[in-house]
Amino acid sequence: MNYDKVLASPVVSIPPSGIRRFFDVASTMQGVISLGVGEPDFVTPWNIREASIHSIEHGRTHYTSNHGMPELRELICEYLSRRYGVRYDLSSCLVTVGASEALDLAFRALLNPGDEVLIPAPSYVSYAPCVTLAHGIPVAVPTYEEDAYALRADVLESFLNERTKAVILPYPNNPTGGIMTRPQIDAVTRVLSGRDVVMIADEIYSELTYGGTHESFAKGMEDRTILINGFSKAFAMTGWRLGYACGPKPLIDMMVKIHQYTMLCAPVMAQTAGIEALKDALSSDFAQVRAMRNAYNRRRLLIYEGFKDMGLPVFEPRGAFYIFPSIRETGMTSEQFCERLLKEGRVATVPGNAFGDAGEGHIRCSYAASTDNIMESLRRIRVFLNHLN
Amino acid sequence: MQLTQEILTLLQQDSTLSPKAIAQMTGSDEETVRAEIERLRDEGVILGYTIRINTEKSPIPTVEAMIEVKVSPQRDLGYNDIARRIYKFPEVESVFLMSGAYDLAVKIQAPTMQAISAFVWEKLAVLDGVTGTATLFIMRKYKENGTILVEDEVPERLVITP
Repeated sequence: MNYDKVLASPVVSIPPSGIRRFFDVASTMQGVISLGVGEPDFVTPWNIREASIHSIEHGRTHYTSNHGMPELRELICEYLSRRYGVRYDLSSCLVTVGASEALDLAFRALLNPGDEVLIPAPSYVSYAPCVTLAHGIPVAVPTYEEDAYALRADVLESFLNERTKAVILPYPNNPTGGIMTRPQIDAVTRVLSGRDVVMIADEIYSELTYGGTHESFAKGMEDRTILINGFSKAFAMTGWRLGYACGPKPLIDMMVKIHQYTMLCAPVMAQTAGIEALKDALSSDFAQVRAMRNAYNRRRLLIYEGFKDMGLPVFEPRGAFYIFPSIRETGMTSEQFCERLLKEGRVATVPGNAFGDAGEGHIRCSYAASTDNIMESLRRIRVFLNHLN
Repeated sequence: MQLTQEILTLLQQDSTLSPKAIAQMTGSDEETVRAEIERLRDEGVILGYTIRINTEKSPIPTVEAMIEVKVSPQRDLGYNDIARRIYKFPEVESVFLMSGAYDLAVKIQAPTMQAISAFVWEKLAVLDGVTGTATLFIMRKYKENGTILVEDEVPERLVITP
């Protein structure tokens, strides 16, 4: 059989993940400290795990409503309203298998072939491929270190045209650690007002901002925003695959249509865990989330000061758990740097170009790692840099 | 106040952290942290720096027991005098005055069970004012001072993820 002939061209056209190659090398090496992990190093809090185990023991093993369990959706709406001043009702909320599914559903519900989706760059590796798979055209909109990697309204405006269907707003940002302030958000929404362009706000890191509560793009813009979030980062629940999308009912209804035929519903045990996560957080003033955020914050400051001490130009991250130092001065590409740092320095990091061309010249380091590992890897990077000079 | 709390929390988790590392993690400066730690020592908030030992793995033989002690309190002195007589013994690790069925909770550490028994019979039970004891040997420790001692969770994050 001629396999090239049977495969769908959008799938074939997508380049393989740049991260994958590094993973294959790094995972076979001994004594490597990894700053390459895009997930919390905390295990899901015990009360959440226990609630899910209990529900399994009591036979909660069936399908749920396509939308997700009403109790969970009620809690999600209450959480968004109390925490971020965002108001969606139950019928505008869809529980998904991770925020990733919610993104995919949004693209598939919105895009006709040739529609453009604007994506701030650098940003998360999945956006562009998912847009391509939905027959859309991903368009990178550059963000700059001097703007603290916030999306600039005038830059965004210069990319808008009649084919623009949606803008992804991925803040707090992976890989830069950039956030958007209220005035910056307002400037962006002003540019989009009066246009039929949907804002897809991926706010999965919303609980991880340092020095102020996260500002949501959806606040006051509920009627033109698909707000995507989930439990992975805030509650250390990556492996549960639990996310959600809230948005205008006409859009969510179409997303539900796809979801009910392809996924049916998110796993019931994950949904039960999500109920406990939100109930506990809402009744304890987010004690466990706060404790994790404080731990990340200490590590953030530690790693930021560490890179500054080394003399590497680095932007102080304000959200998520990544830092994005520049390695341009070494004269290497980010891939060369990461490969040599891995082999010679035994520290795994992710080359910036994995997040698009705009990330070239940088490396992404995750500080979702123990302070011991952060201090030791900073020491190793320093030795590696000295060795270069 | 917030810095003080942060310093105590961090040192309680890892007392080997340097003032510099603490300063970086709290967004403070090294001198301030150093001075604050000194103040906390001077005021007796920080009593010392120690290590946590998993006695089951340690080469030093250790047996531990909780002893429930019933005492008759003395006029004017209450429980303080008898408590003092007990906590002065070096093998006594902690002494608490409790509400409930007994009065003093005494935790004791010794190399063998015999040594603990001997302590109870020869030193504790014979004290004036002690009216009864119940010795509860610790058979296995699962968690102590916030540290889980049995390895039940294996970190299994992949090396690199997006």
